[in-house]
Amino acid sequence: MERVFMKGAEAVAEAAVRAGCRFYAGYPITPQNETPEYLARRLPEVGGVFLQGESEVASINMVLGASIAGAKAMTSSSSVGIALMAEGISQALNGCQPIVIANFMRGGPGGGTIQPAQSDYLQGTKAIGNGGCKLIVLAPCNVQEAADLTYEAFRLAERDRNPVLILADGCIASMMEPVILPPMRTDEELEKERLARRNWISNGVRTRGWGSIKLDLWYGRAAMVNAESQGACGKPVVEHTLESANRLWAELYETWENDIRVEEYRTEDAEYILTGYGTGGRVCRAAVDQLREKGYRVGLIRPIVVNPFPANAYKKLDSQKVKFVLCSEMAIPGQMFEDVQASLCDRIPSYYYGRSGGHILEESEVIDAFMSHLD
Amino acid sequence: MEKIYSRTKAVNQVSGGFCPGCFHGVIVKIIGEVTEEMGLIDKAVCVIGVGCCNNIYGYVKGKVDMVNTPHGRAPAVATGLKRMAPQDTLVYTYQGDGDCAAIGLSEIIYAANRGEKITVIFVNNSTYGMTGGQMAPTTLIGQKSTTTPKGRDADDVGYPMHMCELLNTLRAPVFITRVSCDTAPHILKAKEAIRKGFQNQIDGKGFSFIEIMSSCPTNWGLSPVDSVKFMQENTLKEFPIGTLRDN
Amino acid sequence: MAKLEISSEACKACGLCVATCPRQVLALGEKLNANGYHYAVVVDQEKCVACKMCAVICPDICIEIWK
Repeated sequence: MERVFMKGAEAVAEAAVRAGCRFYAGYPITPQNETPEYLARRLPEVGGVFLQGESEVASINMVLGASIAGAKAMTSSSSVGIALMAEGISQALNGCQPIVIANFMRGGPGGGTIQPAQSDYLQGTKAIGNGGCKLIVLAPCNVQEAADLTYEAFRLAERDRNPVLILADGCIASMMEPVILPPMRTDEELEKERLARRNWISNGVRTRGWGSIKLDLWYGRAAMVNAESQGACGKPVVEHTLESANRLWAELYETWENDIRVEEYRTEDAEYILTGYGTGGRVCRAAVDQLREKGYRVGLIRPIVVNPFPANAYKKLDSQKVKFVLCSEMAIPGQMFEDVQASLCDRIPSYYYGRSGGHILEESEVIDAFMSHLD
Repeated sequence: MEKIYSRTKAVNQVSGGFCPGCFHGVIVKIIGEVTEEMGLIDKAVCVIGVGCCNNIYGYVKGKVDMVNTPHGRAPAVATGLKRMAPQDTLVYTYQGDGDCAAIGLSEIIYAANRGEKITVIFVNNSTYGMTGGQMAPTTLIGQKSTTTPKGRDADDVGYPMHMCELLNTLRAPVFITRVSCDTAPHILKAKEAIRKGFQNQIDGKGFSFIEIMSSCPTNWGLSPVDSVKFMQENTLKEFPIGTLRDN
Repeated sequence: MAKLEISSEACKACGLCVATCPRQVLALGEKLNANGYHYAVVVDQEKCVACKMCAVICPDICIEIWK
């Protein structure tokens, strides 16, 4: 097991290469510059292609093209850059392309600031692109998770033929921590996966030998499902319309219940719950330990997969025992807080404390906020 | 009797598709003929822009692979696709003037500037056909459109955009030419230009750009035959045909 | 002498072939096809010299030619 000291943005890049990523296109934007910079060096070493696009808009579309050609492809950006990619991400979903997108969030709205924040939770989990498209969204809270979740993202994307989003922030991008890197996937494994996708890859009709496909604007997932089955018997298995494609996406999103991952730390006897994700969740974890030392029975709920949201972790809280839930993020107003409140359905009081505009949340502030809600 | 002109196998006969007299139909035909003659049908991927060019779908459905792209992004998608597909894959974009010269101007200039080994087929009919005849970057001065009801006014919205000349300032492209569909001999020249554009790609020489002048009877409000006259008296004067670069 | 064959159902009566033919071999007919177009018909096969200009300019690939 290799244990190295690495920046988050670079760990994401290396984990992607190890997961089989062989194409990256991106555009410079702080704080995620180290991802393209790292891949500019690393991808050629593994026979991959790195391209700096003329814009985020061009970059996401290059990634789309590379994926259609059969390669594992990725891009990364920060907040406003991800906003520019919205159309391309939506079209990648519409074309059932297993691409991975990493967002190292910075302050917003607009250009906001280059400093870290968590102001794009809603963008990432609710409306990353037009047409109601949804992605599995993974939220690392440290460099190790950033690497592991990127590796996992490529597996989920390939499984579902749907883009996956890594929702990190500027802290994780710029912070160096020891990390154990996942193993390099072999060329044989990658070729096997590429062949499995043969009916929906486009290198000309010769790729599949039974007729042409069209990575579609109009029929989306229905076109892909029919192409996949067409190879077998040629008869469409689902109605070839966009509405039937929308149903297929809805069914896909249902299956994600099994992919939910949430850290529940010291919640067994908790009378209070702190909750947050990514860096916010990590700060809450530290605050839990300190409050425990002061004798308060506090636990942590930290969603790792933030879409689909782990609502059950909050629904199962015993309203007789838990006095309140405090949510903390680097965003004002709170964003994940909306999902927390929805999950609690007013059974348990919930409060919010956040910093934003590039200010990084601190344990002492969370503790003060906690104390202020004690009656 | 010997058959001296037959339908290309690369194109379906479609009852719907383009409007009567639209030269998109001719262009799709000659692309099909060249693809067939060069034996590239099963290696070709047509990266389609958004607009009337989208109607190519019915014509090559079942025969050639196609990729729909967001408006203006075809050259970027083609870039990723060409670089990651087997090198003998023929990747060409099929775009209109809105797609290539307006929203996708950045993408086409950078794909050209990088010298991507793709072939771009750009159909210039001086209008946004599919959306009902709005002003395009290539709409002529004084030419009416639904968004220039009194005719395009240069003081207000500038002059028609000359894509070949624009790309000719870049070093990487190997082939830049403007051809036209107004007459049968010109169509045959356009076909040769497409052949060269494909051959450049197969030989790995570099980026080829083929601007094909077309008409739009529906949105110009003229009959197909009168549209050709309008083209010859106006459009082709603003956009003279000829090859600007052929390395 | 040459022979033209026009697939009348695909023709959209755009008239480009009629205008292009240097020998006025073609004209838009009286009859309508299923889409309601007066499809092009050969009116004077004798004069056709198989120059193929009509087939080249046809946007719907309706014309095939024998010589």
